[in-house]
Amino acid sequence: LASIVEPRPRRAAPAGPPGCAGHGRHAGLSLLGWSIALAVLLPLVALAAIAARGSGDLWPHLLRHVVPYAVAQTALLLAGTGALVVAIGVGAAWLVTAFRFPGRTVLAWALLLPLTTPLYIVAYAYVDLLHPAGPLQTGLRALLGTGAAGAARLPDIRSLGGGILLFGLVLYPYVYLMARTSFSMQAAEQIEAARVLGASSAQIFRCIALPLARPAIIVGAGLALMETLGDLGACELLGIPTLTVSVYVTWATRGSVEGAAQIALAMLVPVAALLWIMQRERTGGIHAAAPRPLAPRDLGPVAGWGAAVLCALPVLLGFVAPAMHLARLAGERLVERGLSPRLWEYAWNSARLAAIATVVAIAAGFTLAFIQRYRRADGPTRVAQTGYAVPGTVLAVGLLGVLSATDALIGWSGIARLREALLLASAVGVVLAYVARFLAIPAGGIEAGYAKLPRALDEAAQTAGAGAAAVAWDIHRPLLCPAIGAAALLMFVECVKELPATLLLRPLNTETLATFLYGEAARGVYEDGAMAALAILLLGLLPIVLLSGSMRHGGAAAA
Amino acid sequence: LLAWQAASGALRCEEFSFALEASVFGPFRRWRLTAFLLLAAAFSASAAVAAEVNLYTTREPGLIEPLIKRFTETTGIKVNTVFLNTGLAERVAAEGAASPADVLMTVDIGNLADLVKRGLVQPVRSEALEEAIPAALRDPDGNWFALSQRGRAILVSRDRVAEQAMTYEDLADPRWRGKLCIRSGQHPYNVALFAAMIVKDGEPATDAFQNGLKANLARKPAGGDRDVARDILAGICDVGLANTYYPALMLSGAGGDEQKRWGEAVRVVLPTFKDGAGTHVNISGAALAKNAPNRAEAVTLLEFLASPEAQRLYANANYEYPVRRDVEPHPIVAGFGALKMDPTPLNAIAAKREAASRQVDRVGLDR
Repeated sequence: LASIVEPRPRRAAPAGPPGCAGHGRHAGLSLLGWSIALAVLLPLVALAAIAARGSGDLWPHLLRHVVPYAVAQTALLLAGTGALVVAIGVGAAWLVTAFRFPGRTVLAWALLLPLTTPLYIVAYAYVDLLHPAGPLQTGLRALLGTGAAGAARLPDIRSLGGGILLFGLVLYPYVYLMARTSFSMQAAEQIEAARVLGASSAQIFRCIALPLARPAIIVGAGLALMETLGDLGACELLGIPTLTVSVYVTWATRGSVEGAAQIALAMLVPVAALLWIMQRERTGGIHAAAPRPLAPRDLGPVAGWGAAVLCALPVLLGFVAPAMHLARLAGERLVERGLSPRLWEYAWNSARLAAIATVVAIAAGFTLAFIQRYRRADGPTRVAQTGYAVPGTVLAVGLLGVLSATDALIGWSGIARLREALLLASAVGVVLAYVARFLAIPAGGIEAGYAKLPRALDEAAQTAGAGAAAVAWDIHRPLLCPAIGAAALLMFVECVKELPATLLLRPLNTETLATFLYGEAARGVYEDGAMAALAILLLGLLPIVLLSGSMRHGGAAAA
Repeated sequence: LLAWQAASGALRCEEFSFALEASVFGPFRRWRLTAFLLLAAAFSASAAVAAEVNLYTTREPGLIEPLIKRFTETTGIKVNTVFLNTGLAERVAAEGAASPADVLMTVDIGNLADLVKRGLVQPVRSEALEEAIPAALRDPDGNWFALSQRGRAILVSRDRVAEQAMTYEDLADPRWRGKLCIRSGQHPYNVALFAAMIVKDGEPATDAFQNGLKANLARKPAGGDRDVARDILAGICDVGLANTYYPALMLSGAGGDEQKRWGEAVRVVLPTFKDGAGTHVNISGAALAKNAPNRAEAVTLLEFLASPEAQRLYANANYEYPVRRDVEPHPIVAGFGALKMDPTPLNAIAAKREAASRQVDRVGLDR
């Protein structure tokens, strides 16, 4: 077993693509990579410019009274969430890939459903559901006959522990999706060889499947952690004073955007560390010559139902329960007021912006991952990935500066005679914001997909005289299809859910589902926004259904 | 990019054609030009609107829409809105001299003061506004005008608390140990309350007050003001702080039967500071943007918002106190008792905002 999973040293060869004598030939590629990374780099530079304006005596105060506690809370939240998403995500992915049990085909895609729910919506729903005055505890009390609400209560969900639980249940699909893609693309031969050699399922999982999927798992967990780090809404609701909450307080309550930018930039240090770990851990893994899906094994009736229950649990808790709650609220409003015709308009705006951003980001992410492989230059990818961890509001403020500077430049150069801003407060600005925020998803996802493609492919193609573009488009693209599909799904869903940048950068008279929902929630009537929340879920379901189809199709083709 | 921009309608078509002809397509093939001209024609039709005003607001669309609808019906002026939150000032600043913003509308005196401090607004002199809005509720220099007021009320359990009159300082009294619920101490509504206390009694007294609050907390500060009422219903706490419109909204039944029960579980006390001068009031307000392209229409909008009709809409849609003395609050709100505003000037409160916020960190109210 050990010899099968012996990691092949990936960086042993000198840099540069095989068969490529001089680097100069592909200098254009590097340039392209860096210009994509600019989309993320420029807002950060703009933030640095804001931060450089100075924040007076803020830092001594922060270091003394805010940072120690906020760092501790953030670290605990990240550690807990990380452990939970890996446990749920990898466990479910392995069960679904390696075994046959009742409900497996449905669960395989249903496990993705929590992706569609914005964190803060799930948090709202759970505070409603689990509140001592809410349906669950009221029902329990009625059942047990323990009278008044004050008498006995379950632990409050509004706590660090509750936060970890909610974040874990909502964010595990990142790990699940990446791990599953990896399990299904990896060498079935090794696993089958191990089975023939008499290895138990547990041994195969521990010694083969897990090490092989490690790069993908780390990418998935990294995405989940960055999303956790950047969250504001859920943390505020649950009363977890994380670093992002301090960024927001510094800005919103003290009116110091400079201070907020400084904290946000300082937060990039742990993010860089996280990205570095992701990169270092990714060097393992072996390449299957002919990837084909693993034939799942049958489980006995007891174990089979056990696996079904285990896989159903995260779906029920992470999606079905909050979605049912929203559906109930939406139903009540629907009976009372009917369907607002504007909802269609909002949904169309959300879908349109998200779709354009997804296409752009996939193209950019694929280009970055390709350059990283072909040129062995990962600088642009690393930079591009940092955008994900900067709190959305803060990144949007940076982008505001970039867009207004670009507008000024366009006006000055005379390309267009501007009466109004061209990019600022336009759909272009919103799309750029989505790309800057979420480029980590396609870049990381496709990169993880690349880890499974043997370099011999590139070498063969080059020997046959294929140029960089041909290698990328004709060889890599078809092979990376599952990874690209997964990344596109994640990207689209993220864009539909995105709030802070949309809010700040969108044009006049343009509402999306997320901004409408926020407006209702901010007024203290988030129940009225339930319909929009539900629409966000439905919009997110669409690509999941598509993807589950393409996964089956892709699986069949590979077999 | 340009084509897309034209399609999203943000660029006026004649600009676009100029830009295109001059520099981008220049000598390009004829069919493209034809297609473009068709497109331009399509957009020029929709761009022909007489008078417009652009409203940047942190007030939610659900609240603003009825007001705007009425305004357009009365004046024929079209209102373009964008609903923003914290980033309102940043966006206007980034747009600079080319900003389309005419009217900036926001909540919390701190935010209004920030707009002034950053030079994003211009003063307005209007007899109609000055007549409608009492002097305490507008900037002496005309930089901002309050459009509605909300009291920072104490919610007490209807069943478990007998007190009829309370001061804010009472909340720090040890008799409420383990019985107090509040939202984050860093929320602007709470910070403004602390800032007002700093203006009145100085930092040490406010420090002691915050420490007293912290000692009394039943749970960590979290959620929003309406969670306070719900937690009182659930028996988690007996007293808490909330803006006046939240219990009114619950009692109105607009949020459904469940919220009505939250509202019915609490009694609203309009407290004073210990000097008895009045209840801490915060405002929502509006200002004229520095580079407003439609200045006249913007002033018309401001005046409309202060008119009896708009004030009634405000009072009834969001259960806030009107700023006009001749407009009654909603009956539910009137049932809380007469609001007597604490006389501390709003600008003075805004000036102590930073000090108050830092104090919340020092005391560790949210920890």
